[in-house]
Amino acid sequence: MSLVSDQKGFDPALVSLAGPGDYFELLKPRVMSLVIFTALAGLLIAPVKINPVLGFTALLAIAIGAGASGALNMWYDADIDAVMSRTKTRPIPSGRVQPGEALAFGLFLSVFSVMLLGIATNWLAAGLLAFTIFFYAVVYSMWLKRSTPQNIVIGGAAGAFPPVVAYAAATGSIGLSSVVLFAIIFMWTPPHFWALALVKSQDYAAAGVPMMPNVKGPDRTRLEILIYTILLVPLGVSPWVLGFTSPVYGVVSAVCGLAMLALAIRVWLVRTGAVADRAAKQLFGFSILYLFILFAVVVVENVLVRWGF
Amino acid sequence: MADHPTENDKSTGIRLTPEQQKRRRARNLALGLTIGFFALLFYVITWAKLGAGMFDRPL
Repeated sequence: MSLVSDQKGFDPALVSLAGPGDYFELLKPRVMSLVIFTALAGLLIAPVKINPVLGFTALLAIAIGAGASGALNMWYDADIDAVMSRTKTRPIPSGRVQPGEALAFGLFLSVFSVMLLGIATNWLAAGLLAFTIFFYAVVYSMWLKRSTPQNIVIGGAAGAFPPVVAYAAATGSIGLSSVVLFAIIFMWTPPHFWALALVKSQDYAAAGVPMMPNVKGPDRTRLEILIYTILLVPLGVSPWVLGFTSPVYGVVSAVCGLAMLALAIRVWLVRTGAVADRAAKQLFGFSILYLFILFAVVVVENVLVRWGF
Repeated sequence: MADHPTENDKSTGIRLTPEQQKRRRARNLALGLTIGFFALLFYVITWAKLGAGMFDRPL
């Protein structure tokens, strides 16, 4: 008896049509680029110099870990993705990649990224990366996302971990400066996602995802956006207050924080019509810019210091 | 008894469409390049971690 089937019952239509680009899309490249950027800030804010090859490998491993959790998220959420306009063209709902392929891809990359980080740097960083992947794929995707409007508040921790992981890769420990970067991203996540959810609440409702606007209502969401932004502004300035960055960072973070607060107040005040939608979209767009600018200043000034300026 | 497939045998095998063949080739190429990149990376990591001490160990 042959171990290989005679292939007569095989349907050639089942042979995958996925290209390398479809697998790359499973990694959520846009999220991955933000993760690389925030991890780079964590790596550079560390008070030690890491070998450039090992630093590059640490960033690569963290990026692959983030991509792996993205693939696992897409595998688990394929049913939700299929009904939301923003996500229905993703590789699994569009049929380009089979769910089993995405699961295997995500699991393999999860293990590989953790092993890579452990071998190249240290096992504290690897353990933190493993926890981050677990938190995003299991705690957020499988548990919180479909059960509570606090899903992105708690789940936001997964997106906030990369600077802590990178700092641990450089130093072998968890430092206050990396915890502050974690806190900034953690506090930034609710106003960022809820500004989008205000505009896309029907999409989330159709998919059965309990986002704040379609569970507690848009007014409560606007209030919570404002509260989180009020907490975020001083937290954004704190790396300078605590002496981890220069006064330039202090000024930039204060100005950007006040601009974000002004947009959050506008979202809170303007509640109906196209103007309200526009205000929410502006806050969503600016929130991305806010985080980018803060972390860019951290990266640039640490690079300049290392080059002796 | 013939060891090689005859024309009749060929007709029962899997026949990939040109598109499926193209995608499979692209997947294989991407996988090959990725494995090559990581082989090189692990080699460089070994040098970076051990450096000159690579040969300084008891045999």
